[in-house]
Amino acid sequence: MILLNDARNIEDYLENGGFKALRRALEFEQDEIISEVESAGLVGRGGAAFPTGLKMKFVKNEKNTPKYIIANADEGEPGTFKDRGLMEKNPYQILEGMIISAYAVGAKKGFFYIRYEYREIAEKIKNKVKELHRLGILGNNIYGSKFSFDIEVVLGAGAYICGEATALMESIEGKRGYPRIKPPHSTQRGLWGKPTLTNNVETLANIPVIINMGGEKYHKLGKEGCSGPQLFSISGFVKRPGIYEYILGEKTIGEAIELAGGVDGNFKGVMLGGGASGYILNRDYLDMPLCFSDAKKRGVALGTGDIIVLNESVRIWDMLLNIAKFFEHESCGQCFPCRYGTRRMREIIEKIVNGKGTSEDIKKLNATARAMKIASLCPLGKSAMTAYESAMKNFHDELMEVIK
Amino acid sequence: MNIIINGEKIEAKQGKSILQVAREKGIDIPALCNLIDEKPIGSCGLCVVKIRKGSKTYYSRACTTKIDEGMEIETHSPEIEDTRKTILEMIAEEHKEIKGEAKELFLKYGIKLKGDNKKAMPKLAENPFISFNPEACISCFRCVQACSLIKENHVLVRENRGMNTQIVAGINEALKDAGCAFCGACVDACPTGALMDLTARVEKETKKITSICPYCGVGCAIDYYVSGEEIIYAKGSPNGVNKGDDCIKGRYGWQFVHSEERLKKPLIKKNGKFEEVTWDEALNYVASRLKEIKEKYGADSIAGLSSAKCTNEENYLFQKFMRIVVGTNNVDHCARLCHASTVVGLFKVFGSGAMTNSLEDLDKDAELYFVIGSNTTHAHPVIGTMIKRSVKGRGAKLIVADPRDIELAEYSDLHLRHRPGTDVSLINGMMNVIISHGLEDREFIENRTEGYEKLRDVVKKYTPEYVEKITSVPKEDIIKAAVLYATHKSAIIYAMGITQHTSGTANVASLANLALLTGNVGKRGTGVNPLRGQNNVQGAGDMGALPNVLPGYAKLGTRRAREIEKTWGGKIPEKEGLTVVEIMHAASKGMIKGMYIMGENPAVSDPDQKHVIQALKNLEFLVVQDLFMSETAQLADVILPAASSLEKEGTFTNTERRVQLLHRVLEPVGDAKPDWWIIQEIAKRMGADWNYKSPKDIFEEIRKVVPQYRGITYERIDKFGLQWPCPDENHESTKILHDDIFPTPNGLAKFSPYEYEPPAEEPDEEYPFVLTTGRTYEHFHTGTLTRKIEGFNELIPEAFVEIHTEDAEKLGVKDGDCIEVESRRGKIRVKAKIAGIKKGVVFIPFHFAESAANILTNDALDPEAKIPELKVAAVRLKKCQ
Ligand SMILES: Cc1cc2nc3c(=O)[nH]c(=O)nc-3n(C[C@H](O)[C@H](O)[C@H](O)COP(=O)(O)O)c2cc1C
Ligand code: SF4
Ligand code: SF4
Ligand code: SF4
Ligand code: FES
Repeated sequence: MILLNDARNIEDYLENGGFKALRRALEFEQDEIISEVESAGLVGRGGAAFPTGLKMKFVKNEKNTPKYIIANADEGEPGTFKDRGLMEKNPYQILEGMIISAYAVGAKKGFFYIRYEYREIAEKIKNKVKELHRLGILGNNIYGSKFSFDIEVVLGAGAYICGEATALMESIEGKRGYPRIKPPHSTQRGLWGKPTLTNNVETLANIPVIINMGGEKYHKLGKEGCSGPQLFSISGFVKRPGIYEYILGEKTIGEAIELAGGVDGNFKGVMLGGGASGYILNRDYLDMPLCFSDAKKRGVALGTGDIIVLNESVRIWDMLLNIAKFFEHESCGQCFPCRYGTRRMREIIEKIVNGKGTSEDIKKLNATARAMKIASLCPLGKSAMTAYESAMKNFHDELMEVIK
Repeated sequence: MNIIINGEKIEAKQGKSILQVAREKGIDIPALCNLIDEKPIGSCGLCVVKIRKGSKTYYSRACTTKIDEGMEIETHSPEIEDTRKTILEMIAEEHKEIKGEAKELFLKYGIKLKGDNKKAMPKLAENPFISFNPEACISCFRCVQACSLIKENHVLVRENRGMNTQIVAGINEALKDAGCAFCGACVDACPTGALMDLTARVEKETKKITSICPYCGVGCAIDYYVSGEEIIYAKGSPNGVNKGDDCIKGRYGWQFVHSEERLKKPLIKKNGKFEEVTWDEALNYVASRLKEIKEKYGADSIAGLSSAKCTNEENYLFQKFMRIVVGTNNVDHCARLCHASTVVGLFKVFGSGAMTNSLEDLDKDAELYFVIGSNTTHAHPVIGTMIKRSVKGRGAKLIVADPRDIELAEYSDLHLRHRPGTDVSLINGMMNVIISHGLEDREFIENRTEGYEKLRDVVKKYTPEYVEKITSVPKEDIIKAAVLYATHKSAIIYAMGITQHTSGTANVASLANLALLTGNVGKRGTGVNPLRGQNNVQGAGDMGALPNVLPGYAKLGTRRAREIEKTWGGKIPEKEGLTVVEIMHAASKGMIKGMYIMGENPAVSDPDQKHVIQALKNLEFLVVQDLFMSETAQLADVILPAASSLEKEGTFTNTERRVQLLHRVLEPVGDAKPDWWIIQEIAKRMGADWNYKSPKDIFEEIRKVVPQYRGITYERIDKFGLQWPCPDENHESTKILHDDIFPTPNGLAKFSPYEYEPPAEEPDEEYPFVLTTGRTYEHFHTGTLTRKIEGFNELIPEAFVEIHTEDAEKLGVKDGDCIEVESRRGKIRVKAKIAGIKKGVVFIPFHFAESAANILTNDALDPEAKIPELKVAAVRLKKCQ
């Protein structure tokens, strides 16, 4: 295991070579670290799969200072719980990755943003930050270098949207968590208008790995179009739900389900990539390797790495209603397409679930889905109908059966 | 930059949004949330367009996306139009009663409103001026943007999530409790009619007439929307100095014109009771009584108070009447009480007593504002907004010197809370620091000034340590202020906090010295800028409604005076007349027997009220010309009903010397007449052969007599005023004074240093508190106009005394308790208001006749300008029994 090692206390972590990567990184030029990350082919694990090295380069190249770094542990996507597991088991690796990244981009201050529901973990992380201060791994002149860096742990505002990088920044700034208009991108103007690197905590945990083994070697883990390890939150009707770590591209969806003990009941489908913003897929996808490029080829995405297994007791409309309710509740309300669209989507699906759906309603749903995709301000609104649209494709007959 | 929109090649400037460029090309992209092109919020999503750039095709908002070389943009492709339609349909499912711009959009897309859920009324709706309809509000946040980004008022905020998203005031309060300025910017921004002026209604025929606001010296142009003979709403005109801004008084303050209490018929007091009479009877009576008094006691037994609320034409005629029909120089007006010291002080140093710069250059180019003795956001709100915007928007610096925590202090880099009446010491202290740090502008001093050595000697002893003792401002702050001021393009802005002192002239001259010392004169974004209180203070002075100078500030007995005599065809007395306070003293001693008061309310506005009322009662004959039965009018023998400034033509000169034309918005109510007509009718009956047919006739004469106004004509200022001096009809008007030479005999400015003199009355054991007086945002002057408007009274119904929390605690009073405030001259009872004010200092607004602050104030005078010390009096306080 590369990420999900059990190193809850500093002794264990140090014993397994902890902070070696940091000490090494501090001897590197900033650009050298970034090019290692680039050649490793690491992409973000927070859902958007953006190349991490490129993002670091953007921030590094900005002239404006001070710069900031944010570790995103808001983990609000239903069905996603891998960040929690990682923070509980292997917190130092995240912190080490954060310090190395900060050094690479020239940030002096970092924020560790943890969702409110994980406040106990936040307490632990706070203590670890203090501990690292005592050990000289945080604070002034880390390991005797010229580099100084500090981390502040911030508790989330209890809203799904605050996981979105720019809404998160608003939240840290003490404002209402509204996503910002892009551009400017937050790598350019992020926290308090300064260049900011935002990474998912799992992404950060990969950084020490890359420094230790070298970008080239890391790149070879996996296959064309996806490299390195990734955590998968596997849940739903499966016998052994939990967090599983696989090298990307090595397992198919079907294999991953088997490794989690197999389906509880008769297989119907999976929801991939997020319990709200993910895709509802049928058995045709079981042979799809868990790899970004394979997913992309088939018009889906790995998202935050969730696999929610559905058995035959699940009715797709019911599921869609739950998802619609979630989005109606979580829409920040800033923009019209999402504010009104999530309301309308819930109302129509509710009508359908109550057996009163008509083909007119389906037309309306489709129009709403398209308007939201074209005109929503942030990815929340744009992805709110992903589940509906993919279900329409993969479970068309079941969905249309109840429509008059 | 080259882009393609809908197949057409277009060249456009970099930095513009797609929406801006499309609009310039006449392409109509719907946009419901966009208010400020530079700061889009991207909320409605209606402006979305399809963009091809290189190999990428994507959808993006036209308002938030800047154009980029080679972009191909489609604004109305089918899927985009469908998207717009879907968004509008979704809104239509939730709302009804949408009006205005949004309604047009629904019509265009053929969508009917179907919403029927009853939405809860938020608290902000509780207010006297602005209505809110939650069924119509689509939470587009234009109002929030207007309130925070245009006005910097930050009252409206976005609240809640998803479909519950809504606007609220403050922490979901009523507008007034959230600090609303009632500027109406939110109303103007709202595309749905959810926010509306309460008085507004849909009428078939409304006319828009632009005139000048009747209140403060900013002189905002206001668009009045009139149906029949009724104003239904009003808002700041984009074509004025205010560029579309306004404040509560400009926007809602016109409501007094429709007040039931307006005087509609001339009144004569018979047997102690006022009786309605005809104009003929009233005018004959006034003329005969004035003649009688003149014959019996001489012309100098009569005095006239002209008015800074009346037009230039009327002030001109009034002083002409007093000088050559009555035959006395006893004419003055209330500017004596506000800016007499400005005229004297600035004259001494610069050779001219007016605001040196213009709002436009102060807005754009001042790097630092030094605001002293001006609660700008309250008394001159549009300028206050300008300052806030400059500070927030373009990073201008701000130093505030004021004992109260005025609103601008929140925006300031430095707030100096000096003790009232210690301004000279503070300013001398700043000059001391500037000289000792070598920050003075040597070249400017050398080439454009005289008397520098004298200044240097005087300020030598005002070290920061010494000044700290006098002003109680920490010496570090004095140094910081001096350095900031000297190292920026700095503009001084002041008002009555500087002028209304026995040291008023010294204060003003010291500020002028400070500007000279650092070369902050005669350039854009600098200068010494007095903010005039009434709408026509500048004009009333220009017109010679002053006892010592004639129109155009011509001195009595000079060659210029004789030229004016020629134009007038009459003899101007050479003896200087009495000033306002002197007139009252003379009246109480029986030396003044008759008085003609036009549009002023000295019974409330003047210091030492008991004494003023006794003086007025002592007169043999008092005639008052006003809109309302003011406290002064009640003491009159004859009351002449005057037309308001919205009911007549003429000109006002604003604080930046801009002569602006009034357009008649309404006919006068009842039998009310314009003041110029009334003056002329009295004059005729006293033997003058005057025949002015209109204000324009009078203005043509003013142009002959007042050289500064020579180049100004009604035609030239029909749309936008000109700033004097404007010597001929081709002259563009003068934006900045003294850019080249000073209007002094040798063209040099003259440093005029003053030593610090303590105020006439200092706190002592018996009267331990310092009382300072002033205005509130909502009311104006003695409240003759604003207190006739229900909404204004609802906001501020009664007087109050602002007091520091510790002082209140010591007296055992809580917020809202009654306090008795007593000075050596009288006492009043008012409500306590715990506020951010210096310890030991209390503040009372002077609008309220029933608890008149001026019962307490001191009429000690500035020796040069004869302005009374309204800003400092010693008082004692106790909890009411
Ligand atoms: C509605 C929404 C919620 C999100 N929530 C999270 C989250 O909880 N954790 C996270 O890491 N990223 C979340 N993201 C993605 C972030 O915006 C951002 O892409 C990510 O933190 C970048 O880190 P990465 O490049 O390491 O993935 C969310 C995005 C959206 C649109
Ligand atoms: S898409 Fe939804 S969550 Fe995103 S900004 Fe718009 S309303 Fe807010
Ligand atoms: S009141 Fe008007 S401007 Fe304000 S959010 Fe509602 S619709 Fe928009
Ligand atoms: S009236 Fe002015 S201050 Fe009041 S809420 Fe509207 S914009 Fe804000
Ligand atoms: S105008 Fe562009 S999003 Fe509303």
